Amino acid sequence: MEHIVIIGNGISGVTAARHIRKLSDKKITIISAETDYFFSRTALMYIYMGHMKFEHTQPYENWFWKKNRINLVKGYVHFIDHKNQTLKIENSTDISYDKLIIATGSKPNKFGWPGQDLSHVQGLYSKQDLDALEKNAPNKKICKRAVIVGGGLIGIEMAEMLRSRDIPVTFLVRESSFWNGVLPNGESQMINEHILEHHIDLRLETNLVEILSDESGKAKAVVTDKGDTIDCDVVGLTAGVSPNISFLRDSGIELGRGIKVNRMLETNIPNIYAIGDCAEQHEGIGNRRPIEAVWYTGRMMGETLAQTICGNPTEYKPGHWFNSAKFLDLEYQTYGWVFSELNKKEYEQHFHWRHASEKICVTIAFHKDTKEFLGINTFGIRMRHKIFDQWLTENRNIEYVMEYLKDANFDPEFYAQYEQEIITHFNKKFDTQISPKKKSWTRIFTTPKSRA
Amino acid sequence: MKAIQNIGITIFLVGLGFFTALPFLGNFKLDQKGFDELITSQGIKSELFIQNLKSKIVDKDFTGVTSLEPIVDKVITNANTVHSKNKEWSKKVYVSGGDLATTIRKKSGYGFIPENKGLMWFLTFGLGIIGALMFIVPQVITLGKKGIKNDHIYHQSSTNKGWIAWLVFIFLVSFYLILYFKSEYAVNWTYLVDPISVSLSGNLAGHWFVYGFMYCVVMTVMAIRMYIKYRHNMYQMVRTTSVLFFQIVFAFLIPEIMVRLQLSYSKGYDFKNAFPLDYDFFFNWNLKELISSGGLGLFILVWGILLTVVIVPVMVYFFGKRWYCSWVCGCGGLAETLGDPYRQHSSKSLFSWKVERWLIHGVLLFALVMTGFTLYGFFAETGTVLGIKVQSIMNTYSFLIGAIFAGVIGTGFYPIFGNRVWCRFGCPLAAYLGFVQRFKSRFRITTNGGQCISCGNCSTYCEQGIDVRAYAQKGENIVRSSCVGCGVCSAVCPRGVLKLENGPTEGRINPTEVLLGNDVDLMELVNKK
Repeated sequence: MEHIVIIGNGISGVTAARHIRKLSDKKITIISAETDYFFSRTALMYIYMGHMKFEHTQPYENWFWKKNRINLVKGYVHFIDHKNQTLKIENSTDISYDKLIIATGSKPNKFGWPGQDLSHVQGLYSKQDLDALEKNAPNKKICKRAVIVGGGLIGIEMAEMLRSRDIPVTFLVRESSFWNGVLPNGESQMINEHILEHHIDLRLETNLVEILSDESGKAKAVVTDKGDTIDCDVVGLTAGVSPNISFLRDSGIELGRGIKVNRMLETNIPNIYAIGDCAEQHEGIGNRRPIEAVWYTGRMMGETLAQTICGNPTEYKPGHWFNSAKFLDLEYQTYGWVFSELNKKEYEQHFHWRHASEKICVTIAFHKDTKEFLGINTFGIRMRHKIFDQWLTENRNIEYVMEYLKDANFDPEFYAQYEQEIITHFNKKFDTQISPKKKSWTRIFTTPKSRA
Repeated sequence: MKAIQNIGITIFLVGLGFFTALPFLGNFKLDQKGFDELITSQGIKSELFIQNLKSKIVDKDFTGVTSLEPIVDKVITNANTVHSKNKEWSKKVYVSGGDLATTIRKKSGYGFIPENKGLMWFLTFGLGIIGALMFIVPQVITLGKKGIKNDHIYHQSSTNKGWIAWLVFIFLVSFYLILYFKSEYAVNWTYLVDPISVSLSGNLAGHWFVYGFMYCVVMTVMAIRMYIKYRHNMYQMVRTTSVLFFQIVFAFLIPEIMVRLQLSYSKGYDFKNAFPLDYDFFFNWNLKELISSGGLGLFILVWGILLTVVIVPVMVYFFGKRWYCSWVCGCGGLAETLGDPYRQHSSKSLFSWKVERWLIHGVLLFALVMTGFTLYGFFAETGTVLGIKVQSIMNTYSFLIGAIFAGVIGTGFYPIFGNRVWCRFGCPLAAYLGFVQRFKSRFRITTNGGQCISCGNCSTYCEQGIDVRAYAQKGENIVRSSCVGCGVCSAVCPRGVLKLENGPTEGRINPTEVLLGNDVDLMELVNKK
């Protein structure tokens, strides 16, 4: 029986394993050094905040793996001997494979800051990071202040976590406005305001210079490029992540920033594949980056690779881009491509609407000549994935999107509706006379026959 | 703010302390006049019983802790033994000792408590309400910006099955045990609400009035907590208002007012309480009363049948069973208000789901078989069907399901097993609505394409123990018979993945393997039916 070995029990590896099991009777082994069972990494913050216990973040009950004949091995792979198709496991016996899937995810970036390896300096990626934070910052008495370095999704999550225990947080952000390399200005501004509302000491355009140590080797303060020294007990390093591939340095597998793979998710070595955060496409697909460290893309790669492994060679061919996040109390969803002013395409035009008092806004990107709808960012209004996916496939124009915007609303029942206000604003701005169509179940639930 | 809340908690505990102490306080002494009234009102003909009981209780002082029930029971047994032996059937005493003890206490209480009903009400209910509100209302500020605030639920003793939760558990279970099985100890509570009862129905309060009044008070106070916690969520605001309205108006006020108006149907009727949750609707004493009560009785009879047979399933077809279970029902109402802090304790394991299906459908079957027996007995005018005494089936159901399951376990176990134990494992109406919801309804919780990140908030906070995530992470709609549509999964989802909605039945159940957002050809290949 063919033995499929997967390194990493995150969403990519586990999705691949589940699908391989559905499609075949192959022997499947998942090796992880992090935890015994798969858990949802995105939910780690909720454990610290007391919304859930660790067991709640495990999507499958513990009996699931045995029942589905997926062997779980806890161990750290330190070398891949691809000539003998064997994995060397630290303090344990070797494991041989017929096909190997590397799905080892990411690790927090460190940019060579002095003091970055001191105790109480940590990222927030793994279960171990969570445990460390629980130990380093159990309450505001032991952790009198935390400094977070890096204004991205994990940074703001970490700030939210610490604030839930009333720990003062200073948030150093390199950019002039939060996440403005990704978000258009209006949205980025709104989040800046929201961060301040949560009593987080946001310092824009501020970089870390050095982390100072006390006698015991624990971080005691950070020095910024503005000349400030900020006393603290915990330093969070959240300046992005990069592929967790250091164990592959001398393996013969072609590496860039990540593990180089082709569209079949194959590495340069036969029978070795890489998926998820650690995989790097030779060229980005469409507007996508070569490395996509996103939950959804990890899952999609897992779904795709299972086909290839089980005899149906399939290219990784993701559909329309989508993503989501939550910034403190603000829910964010995106469908299609909306770029920030810093990365905007020359043909990309934006329509931005923001509610007068609530933290609600949308930004819609469209082609300035053809008026083709390119994408939408939405804050505080939930939108229907299926509808936007369909509109992107059908190459709808911005006016069509406006007209049928009510179909796309996914907010709970009885919520205030803002489509009329959005469209009125659009009409005023672009001198159009669009009136919104009533929401139609027929349109929402009918799948169009002709797919492009 | 913290200080106000702490004072609030203290005041609340003082009120709760008075309330808890009351069953064991006070003095009782029945005089001859009261005793004669009692005998007349109970229609007791046994001189033996009267003499015996008189010598034991009339003009004797009893304190709150002494139970009268064993005394009364003994007198009844003695009298009945003699009457049975002498074949004096008409003299036998059929009143239960517990009920009689309660009635005696109610008639005979004297001293501070019955003489200061208003003050005592204030010291219990009054302080309880004020203290609770002082704790709850500052949450407008302490919870911070509006949004989902579940911080520290698993850090706190009260909501993480710690010692506070166990104390609450003991309190609730004891309360229900007194209510159902030792109502003589509830007599002091009835004095507190006598004035309210008199102003509503014209009668003095019994222990069920205490329960009904308390139910409304607790729901109102905890609804305020819901309004604050979910002030960003219009669905929760509207739903909470609805469930509160139906409890106060339909379950509490209308039945009391019906009694006051001295309508032909002498007891009040809760027009929203549908069979088989209202399990005694077809009991023969109720049918007899309905039929003999003229127009109103017949109307209630027709309404009750129509409610179960037509209105309930048709509404479930259009809106899902939520219209009843989390918008109208009293049990659901308490679960959604008092029970909300405990919703995370419902077990999500596959094992629990199996237990749930056996239990709830077992209870439904029990209710239906029992009703079959009572109806046959009613029309055939017999008390024995297939050699089984109908009364004993009814008693078994009332005791096991009506009292122990729905009351003691259903509510008492909130802090340990979650707030929907009864609704999930026991309610026969929920089982019936569940069939309709699963097989013939427009309701579903839509999963938003591929947006799920498997975080588990939805499953954790599902009070019905549905593993919502198991569906959401597959991009599949949630169509489950047990879903009561409380809307909290949708509320706690950080990525906007879940939406409760009523739409076309076609495509409502949509199992998927590959989720939206991946290669369209792959989706077509794998998801084809």
